[in-house]
Amino acid sequence: MQRIMEYLRSLLLLELLKGLSLTMRHMFRPNITIIYPEEKTPKSVRFRGLHALRRYPNGEERCIACKLCEAVCPALAITIESTQRDDGSRRTTRYDIDLFKCIFCGFCEESCPVDSIVETGCLEYHFENREESIMTKEKLLAIGDRFESEIAENRKKDAAYR
Amino acid sequence: MLDMVNSVYTWIQSQYLIWTLIKILVITIPLITAVAFYTYFERKVIGAMQIRVGPNRVGPLGLIQPFADVFKLLLKEIILPANSNRFLFLVAPIISLAPAFAAWAVVPFNDFLVLADVDAGLLYVLALTSLGVYGIIIAGWASNSKYAFLGAMRAAAQTVSYEIAMGFALVGVLILAGTMNLREIVLAQQGGIFDWYWLPLAPLFVIYMISGLAETNRAPFDVAEGESEIVAGFHVEYSGSAFAVFFLAEYANMILISGLTAILFAGGWLSPFEGVPVLGETLLGEHSIIWFLAKTVVFMFMFLWYRATFPRYRYDQIMRLGWKVLIPITLVWVMLAALMVVLGIVVKGS
Repeated sequence: MQRIMEYLRSLLLLELLKGLSLTMRHMFRPNITIIYPEEKTPKSVRFRGLHALRRYPNGEERCIACKLCEAVCPALAITIESTQRDDGSRRTTRYDIDLFKCIFCGFCEESCPVDSIVETGCLEYHFENREESIMTKEKLLAIGDRFESEIAENRKKDAAYR
Repeated sequence: MLDMVNSVYTWIQSQYLIWTLIKILVITIPLITAVAFYTYFERKVIGAMQIRVGPNRVGPLGLIQPFADVFKLLLKEIILPANSNRFLFLVAPIISLAPAFAAWAVVPFNDFLVLADVDAGLLYVLALTSLGVYGIIIAGWASNSKYAFLGAMRAAAQTVSYEIAMGFALVGVLILAGTMNLREIVLAQQGGIFDWYWLPLAPLFVIYMISGLAETNRAPFDVAEGESEIVAGFHVEYSGSAFAVFFLAEYANMILISGLTAILFAGGWLSPFEGVPVLGETLLGEHSIIWFLAKTVVFMFMFLWYRATFPRYRYDQIMRLGWKVLIPITLVWVMLAALMVVLGIVVKGS
């Protein structure tokens, strides 16, 4: 008896009608799409985007070539070479991040004792040639200069939780 | 001036070939445009059902999107796979497209707007809709690719199985209408929405739509394409304009099946308000081509609705559904339809 009832129920396509009514109801719901270039989702202050090297307010670069970030990088994306500058301080002569290797884990940022290497909220960038994927020291410093106010603000907001 | 126009008009009408060509163009050009916008409509409808927006970048509301797609496909390279049968490979898309357009020759848009008022119209349509699958089979075979061949075999088996159920569903219509002429089938349904054949032939109506889905290889019966199992089935190796023709064929077939459903089960150009006291006397009660187009659009929408709702059938489930469920039901209902006519519940041909 139960089998016959089940058979009849499937013949009447009740389950299918249920599914159809669901899709029909969804059709009249306001859609949740964010129209990207015009609208953007809010980003966390901890967002890990494009890397940057920061400077002190007096213009001196923060990086002291301790190579902690190079050591901690799980993707081996960071290459650092350093030398002693004329004033006796240790500075980098080369600071390369290969963005093709980078996995944006943020370990470099965490390991940095002087808050030099950071990841900005910038996620809209592209390369037109393969070699452009290697971010040199100059490029990283330029990004840092460009986003300094944003970086400083995000650090301040997150300071209580660090 | 008017005289000249008139004389040109009568001359054209006297030239049978030119006149027929013009009529064909009048049907074909709107049809191709409809196909183009059907693809846009599909993306918008499915988008809405998935709470997305669908195409909205090209032109206002994305309305130019179909043309962008067409030009993209036309400008792309047609790649001929090595070891493929070149002639069959290129002829296959045309074989699948041509029947979808040719079938419109007998479709009546209203009482007098029909290209060829053929007495065996239904038979002709049935023959042509089943011809389309040859394009798919030939494409699958000529590509010399495993996936394409699998898709072609699936399409062949599926079409053979559902053709029978579809044929029997049409037999029901034939019994009630007593004619194979599509125009006369519509005229036999006169008398308002409850005199159309969807009511006495309700199971056949549902089965016709299901086998229509299978016939056009649409979701949930799209195993011939099955992009998650066999990449794209019969058209894996196609690109550029050859692919565009397959695409066109699929949508033209869907429009055709929608139009046929409207004619066979939903009273073609007849108004649903015929015989209703107040509404029937207004403009709504009039029979016109607009009703036919509106019904076709409703059935076209249903194709998209099914695609947004149902997951793909497994291949053996499709076979089981076709042979063990649909065909027995149609067999029984054809007998019942005959009984209905004999007992006078439905008057034949009226």
